[in-house]
Amino acid sequence: MPPSAVRRKGSPFTGLGPVFMKELSDHLSSARMMVLMLFVIVFGALPVGFSLQDLRNVVVSDPYLFLRIFTGAPERVGLSFVDALNFVIPLMAIGLGFDSINSEFNRRTLSRVLSQPLYRDALLLGKFLGGLTTLAVALVALWLIVLGAGLLLLGLPPRGVEVARGLGFLVVAIAYGGVWLAVAMLFSVIFRSTATSALCSLGLWLFFLILWPMIASAIVVGFAPAQITSVDQYVAIGELGLALERLSPNTLFREAVVGLLNPETRSLGFMLPMQMRGAIPGATLPLDQSLILIWPQLTGLVAGMIVVFAAAYIVFQREEVRA
Amino acid sequence: MADNVIEARGLLKLYGSQRAVDAIDLDIHRGEIFGLLGPNGAGKTTTILMMLGLTEVSGGSIEVLGFNPVREPLEVKRRVGYLPDSVGFYDHMTARENLAYIARLLDIPRSQAGRRIMEALESVKLADVADKRVATFSRGMRQRLGIAEIVMKQAEIAILDEPTSGLDPHATFELLEMIRGLKRAGVAVLLSSHLLDRVQSVCDRVALFNKGKIALIGSVVQLANQVLGAGHPFLVEAQGTDIAAALRGIEGVRSVVPEGPQGDGGGAWRVTADRDVRAAAAQRIVSAGGSLTRLADLQPSLEEVYTRYFQEARHAA
Repeated sequence: MPPSAVRRKGSPFTGLGPVFMKELSDHLSSARMMVLMLFVIVFGALPVGFSLQDLRNVVVSDPYLFLRIFTGAPERVGLSFVDALNFVIPLMAIGLGFDSINSEFNRRTLSRVLSQPLYRDALLLGKFLGGLTTLAVALVALWLIVLGAGLLLLGLPPRGVEVARGLGFLVVAIAYGGVWLAVAMLFSVIFRSTATSALCSLGLWLFFLILWPMIASAIVVGFAPAQITSVDQYVAIGELGLALERLSPNTLFREAVVGLLNPETRSLGFMLPMQMRGAIPGATLPLDQSLILIWPQLTGLVAGMIVVFAAAYIVFQREEVRA
Repeated sequence: MADNVIEARGLLKLYGSQRAVDAIDLDIHRGEIFGLLGPNGAGKTTTILMMLGLTEVSGGSIEVLGFNPVREPLEVKRRVGYLPDSVGFYDHMTARENLAYIARLLDIPRSQAGRRIMEALESVKLADVADKRVATFSRGMRQRLGIAEIVMKQAEIAILDEPTSGLDPHATFELLEMIRGLKRAGVAVLLSSHLLDRVQSVCDRVALFNKGKIALIGSVVQLANQVLGAGHPFLVEAQGTDIAAALRGIEGVRSVVPEGPQGDGGGAWRVTADRDVRAAAAQRIVSAGGSLTRLADLQPSLEEVYTRYFQEARHAA
């Protein structure tokens, strides 16, 4: 039903509940979910295990010891838990979403379901929310496992503020997963073949993970004058590079996580030495200041999720259901 | 008319500049079985999708049970059951679970849903496999499960797109029996099919689609009269006398055409008359000293109508 059509009657959310519940139970009981969880646990366990070992040998008192489990990059792995999540979350989200619409089409269930009293809106939104909830369940479980392992092996409870920062991290991680889930669903609406949509989603993910930082720096080099003559010029070029990199959800996620889990972070952009005057090195920001710092990143992720979902919605509304 | 369940007036569907459905008028009465016939790409499925509000209407008007499928698709879809061409189910779920999902989408109260699902499965003889995964079902069982969904929905109209395609003769027979069962329950059935002799046996009225237009509409006999010419055709096989002359002498006989090879004073003739003159023909042959071996009423076959119509349409083009 295109926008040009007559106003339609009835709530677009009719049938949302059943679709959501079915998607959720399908995901949670599927073999694919088991594989993805296994993947996450293997990737998460390695850095967490090693950084816990390292942390047990730390003698300096650290008020944010618990957060170091997440951010510490043990030398033996060279990768922190959040780094691992930075590429495991998109993989999970793509795994959950890449065949959500086109598999219904290929199984020929789409026209039968759409001939029931529900709008396409409810089907798409129900599938998205089902996937997002599955992702959230997996991430919360993982987060609790890490927290529990920390409690057992470090032998000290996390402070309230650490838990609050950890919860903030969880929200950011879910929003980040939502972006990739929406991307995967967009491709599942566009392409009738599940293999093609999986390939496109993974391709876009690799593009942002590997190629985009290189392209961004190449663009910056192209724009930069041959000789940098002033501090202002230097800052301008640096900010252009940052702005370009921030088009990638991976960058937004990394920055938001750094801001939340490293309370020492004062800025996610450039800081000149003169701006640091008077700052106590190593001093931490209170939670509300950290939240203000990462707010643009979090909004960016949520906005990206909504924009991509809206695109999938528009394409889906215009699609013909017949084979 | 008050008891029309579907009314289309000048219904139009454009794909680009191509007229997939070209201003058709169609009325489906309550409680009848209506067949949509025509070659692939003639616009049958598109017409069905427009009735369900699953594709946009480019022009004209359509009303299903008094609702406009463009503006009130939910009301239409709540009352109309649809069995798509080669229907699919969720293979990892059982027959019962598949229907339970649809029951939740239909907002059937939980207390009624279980009973309605079992009754529907029983009516299509799938009750004993209710808890088997649909992945193990044959094509015929899937089609029957699709009918069960319509029964469970307690739909007022059932729209079946190619319900018998790809089924073996026995499964086809069973499915057609279930379609008759729907009619007995007061459901108006709209079906599209290529299996013309099967359609003929269940349909009260048919519409012949050609290039997006309805070429012919009416009962099978009416169509036969329009396309094959009016009259009662029958087949005579006899020996012993000048059969053709004897037959031509009967009042009301319009033509006597030899059918097949003619032997010595015997053979087969195809006779067309204004009314049923078989009794007179038998009497005439016997009294003329011939021996009558066969006298068969030739039902106008839909297949003949179909083939003849499209031959003529091609010649005209």
